[in-house]
Amino acid sequence: MHGLTPSQTIGPYWHIIEHPEWADLTRFGAKGERITLSGRILDGDGAPVADAAVEIWQADPPASELFPGFGRSRTDAEGTFRFITLKPGPVPGRGNVQQAPHLAMAIFARGLLKPLFTRVYFAGEPANETDPLLNQIEDPLRRASLIAQPAGQDGFVIDIHLQGARETVFLDI
Amino acid sequence: MTALAPLRPIPPEADPPYDAPAYRSTEKRHPTHKLLPWVHTVTELTGPHFSPARFPATTDLSVVNGKQALGERIIVAGKVMDENGRPVPNTMIEIWQANAAGRYHHPNDQHDAPLDPNFRGEGRVFTNEAGEYRFISIKPGRYPWRNHPNAWRPHHIHFSLFGSGFAARLITQMYFPGDPLLPLDPIFLAVPDAAARERLIARFDLSLTEPEWALGFRFDFVLRGKAATPMEHP
Repeated sequence: MHGLTPSQTIGPYWHIIEHPEWADLTRFGAKGERITLSGRILDGDGAPVADAAVEIWQADPPASELFPGFGRSRTDAEGTFRFITLKPGPVPGRGNVQQAPHLAMAIFARGLLKPLFTRVYFAGEPANETDPLLNQIEDPLRRASLIAQPAGQDGFVIDIHLQGARETVFLDI
Repeated sequence: MTALAPLRPIPPEADPPYDAPAYRSTEKRHPTHKLLPWVHTVTELTGPHFSPARFPATTDLSVVNGKQALGERIIVAGKVMDENGRPVPNTMIEIWQANAAGRYHHPNDQHDAPLDPNFRGEGRVFTNEAGEYRFISIKPGRYPWRNHPNAWRPHHIHFSLFGSGFAARLITQMYFPGDPLLPLDPIFLAVPDAAARERLIARFDLSLTEPEWALGFRFDFVLRGKAATPMEHP
């Protein structure tokens, strides 16, 4: 066994490696149900986190030459991130269970010594009712923190609360 | 099914906490609820792949438009492997750092130190089949920050790696041997175990050093590996 390299914060200057086009997962020409996913990252005082790197990864549609499956967005002065992607379908879980359509999300920022992992589900999906991860969360308010709501045409919105009464459910993965 | 074998849990000694009071920015940004335990599925065990054709490499950060950056030229090289000792081949590594004077090429960095027109401090390399990488840069300068009175960050280079799946994602910082600021740095010290902290410090390597040209530093990355590897050596 080799000892793991520990995580350190991304810091406030990561934009040096930023490529804003990475927030558009359809930029290579992928076809499918195109959606925008946006939201705000807020700290324990409800103040915007303006220097975060927000990353998404989705196992569906499968990554290909046309679809990277991965995106990265900065947050702006209001703490807002914004992605354009293809809406995922269900993916297999452990055993015989299907998982409802979802994206994995990782949040990196100054003040985070390691990423915060969460998931984004979509309101109105019948499969949410039987999703094994969502069903581990008993408190309805906490469960709702993982579900993006429709907003305008093709749009979904989800706010991420790092701390406080409306704290998002973060995952120990 | 080996493909769906979960990654090993992160050992506590190598895991900095979310709430680290000595690093003040963690105060309002750490979750207070217990994280939801979750056994990895295809979502966590797969991740992006970057091809050098689409994401071209920049292996020499020390030259911009044919002009040499100021500072002490260095070569950084090493291996990317997983906890089981398996090399991670053809994987992308993102790199960013301050210039020799301790200033980032970033509008929010207002430290009173000169910018260098010949240094952007940004690069990207790929490992080869054996998991090895190498790039050229200049030694980043140290700089003050406002975490506490008279706070200074040690020399460091930022790295981002993707590994075998999204749960193996790693963003970290590489430090330099013998830096007197290391025992004072709350970000470095947030890693609980001294031996784990040592793994964040590069090693000076004379065999990597090129005579009359650049000093060599060796730095290996160890990413999370699968827990069940019945077909492999430990």
